[in-house]
Amino acid sequence: MRPDLELSRRDFFALTGSGLFVFFRVEPAEAFQEPAKLPTWQGPPSDFNAYLRIREDGRVTAMAGKVELGQGVTTSLAQMLAEELDVAPDSVDMQLGDTSLCPWDMGTFGSLSTRTLGPVMRAAGAEARAVLVQMAAERLQVPVVRLQVNAGVVSDASAPHKRVSYAELVQGKRIERHLEKAPLKPVAAFRVIGQSPRRKDALDKVTGKAKYAGDMSIPGTLHARILRPPAHGATLKEADTSAAEKVAGVRVVKDADLIAVLHERPDVAELALGLIQARFDRPQPSFDDQTVFDHLLKTAPHYQLVHESGSLADGEKLSASVLDLTYLNSYVAHAPMETHAAVARIEGGKATVWASTQTPFPLQQQVAQALAMPKEDVRLIAPYVGGGFGGKSASRQAIEAARLAKIVGRPVQVAMSRAEEFFYDAFRPAAVVKIRGGLTADGRIGFWDYQVCGAGEREAKLFYDVAHQRTVSAGGWMGGNPPGMHPFAVGPWRAPSVNTNTFARESQMDMLAARAGRDPLEFRLSQLSDTRMRRALEAVAKQFGWQAGRAPSGRGVGVACGIYSGTYVATMAEVGADKSTGHVQVKRVVSAQDQGLTVNPDGSRQQMEGCIMMGLGYALSEEVRFKNGEVLDRNFDTYRTPRFSWLPKIETVLIENQESPPSSGGEPAIITMGAVVANAIYDALGARVLQLPMTPARVLEAMGRG
Amino acid sequence: MQRRISFTLNGKPAQVTVDDERMLLWVLRYDLGLTGTKFGCGAALCGACTVIVDNRAVRSCATPVKDVAGKSVLTIEGLDRDGRLHPIQEAFAKHHAFQCGYCTPGMILNAYALLLKRPRPARAEILREMEDNLCRCGAHTRIVDAIEEASAAMHGGAR
Repeated sequence: MRPDLELSRRDFFALTGSGLFVFFRVEPAEAFQEPAKLPTWQGPPSDFNAYLRIREDGRVTAMAGKVELGQGVTTSLAQMLAEELDVAPDSVDMQLGDTSLCPWDMGTFGSLSTRTLGPVMRAAGAEARAVLVQMAAERLQVPVVRLQVNAGVVSDASAPHKRVSYAELVQGKRIERHLEKAPLKPVAAFRVIGQSPRRKDALDKVTGKAKYAGDMSIPGTLHARILRPPAHGATLKEADTSAAEKVAGVRVVKDADLIAVLHERPDVAELALGLIQARFDRPQPSFDDQTVFDHLLKTAPHYQLVHESGSLADGEKLSASVLDLTYLNSYVAHAPMETHAAVARIEGGKATVWASTQTPFPLQQQVAQALAMPKEDVRLIAPYVGGGFGGKSASRQAIEAARLAKIVGRPVQVAMSRAEEFFYDAFRPAAVVKIRGGLTADGRIGFWDYQVCGAGEREAKLFYDVAHQRTVSAGGWMGGNPPGMHPFAVGPWRAPSVNTNTFARESQMDMLAARAGRDPLEFRLSQLSDTRMRRALEAVAKQFGWQAGRAPSGRGVGVACGIYSGTYVATMAEVGADKSTGHVQVKRVVSAQDQGLTVNPDGSRQQMEGCIMMGLGYALSEEVRFKNGEVLDRNFDTYRTPRFSWLPKIETVLIENQESPPSSGGEPAIITMGAVVANAIYDALGARVLQLPMTPARVLEAMGRG
Repeated sequence: MQRRISFTLNGKPAQVTVDDERMLLWVLRYDLGLTGTKFGCGAALCGACTVIVDNRAVRSCATPVKDVAGKSVLTIEGLDRDGRLHPIQEAFAKHHAFQCGYCTPGMILNAYALLLKRPRPARAEILREMEDNLCRCGAHTRIVDAIEEASAAMHGGAR
């Protein structure tokens, strides 16, 4: 209802809702925005028109401020809308990641798309459907209760020739009628949710038509290459750009801290950049990737209590032995295949920026600030994004492109080299986890004393049944760390905090089980009353064909489980470990996941498979080496991400739980990968690797320790 | 050296007048507007820039444009026939053998060269031949499935 517009009241049948409506002619797509409802942090708009538009040709445009990073929201959000609106999913076109066309959204991270935006999309579809059915009732002179909807056509159930389509009802206009409450469909009525249609981005992506930020070809674009410091903390003292300026067609820009070389061809700009003679002052940090763990413990803020119950002192009295172990993990890079890229154009006082980013709306604000322009004059567009994993929450390249475009008066592209991508990544933080775990004489956990430094507290709290426990945490990926604690930026990396905490907890659980002489699965289940976690463990054990045994059994099998954002995941793996080289080959991984409602089963499996494969990287090889503020890994030759030769047999189990609200799907399965591989290595060799990644050298070292 | 280079691009004659030491990737993307070929690493380490030159997969980020003079270059834009997807593209779409899609053109073209050379590769051969094409999203298992299916669909007769 819009009291500022002309209203006409109609009482027609006994309809629910207000019965108020008015049409107005739609102008450009921008007209679907309600700017007053879209300022930062005001939450999603309530008007369903912000999320959907029924076009004259009968197709539906669905709008969401999320970004397609590969996780499949183009398809799954369309499914949720189509389900409630009762249209064919094929007839829905998704419009994502454009601040001028899409409703405000804080960003694509934290597995929020299905969990928090999903219900909003569904509610928008349900309300629009109810309004359209009312309108059809009026048009057809048939009571609402007799009407049915199929693929966007409303018809009289007892006289199917009486029918009208959504397109005929709406005629390309905006729907100006609203209902207080339109119920969502029950699970039993789902026709679209729970199906796995072909991904909507498939054709674009297999034909090369999919456009990423760096693919935007705006006539007159200059490509910028930017002078970067050789090390973190280095400051520019002087730069001689005269040789670069002599290259034909090159323009050099110096603006405060920004020195850039621009040319119509990126490779020519790159050559010219290499001609700049620059001198930097470099600090000499006292730590590197080898010594960082002591440094973290020394520089971390005070530990904060995460959870405490019972008394550690009482627990110690109950315990016959104590296992005191320290777990480490190195910095890990996001390393998406697409480096950060952006194209900025400023014309007539308005800026348009195409950027590979996970956060178009916050970035719009940052760009506006950098340009000293009102936010409304900046349009931020995130086209297809070539992988994010948390690393594209920060998007400095877009701000640099916008600044340069303003200075040179032409469109500017900034696309990072692979070395820049590594240098400016906000890495998964290195971390130290110390766990003291007590074992009672009858083989139960007597107490649990958990201390995490660097990773953050998410899911650090124990979910096993232990009466006496305490969890504390210092520092984390979210910021608030003392200056100098980390040598470079840290930030969210797929399932932030939880990879580290799951690795440490589940490794320790395995060691306690081994000391108790119990099967690691049975040991967990015997002290676990959380029914969803039990069910996940039982599901994975069934699919895996788990045979009870004490580790190390020599078979090379392992188990690990965990919770991430309300999703329960349990994973089992089988590895082959070479005793002479320390090389580990993961042969088989089975993962079972309870994520509540599954919107798109195949999409969910893709995410689980991706988590498993990506997770092998931080488990076995990925670590960022650095010295004197320099990031030493600058490309894929030394920073080894998982490859085809690593591919294990992957099996995924989606635990049927359609009546529970959807939780998260894109991140959970990765949390178990460090521990499940560590536990399988222990089972194979009897060697406990306490540090990620578990490189051949660390496996050999662990074997030496015995 | 600035000079005119002629080659066949996606079945049609193409000519560029450029510094002949420039890498084919940049010429394809920004001189010729074919942005399906992606930049990933700039050092022939990831395979995102893979194109086909005279039926062999090459890394265009490390191939000077002079090296393709007189040769036939195929990019992802030239793989479909009269709007019909190539069987490899069809299989990638069907198996959802991608997520973010950024490595996909390079994956498909590397697989194309593989199937030209070995129309019926064993699974182990596929893994070996695809080893240096990186995918960060972890679509590997589906990519292998897609290549196997494409191989079968092409009846061993690569084209």
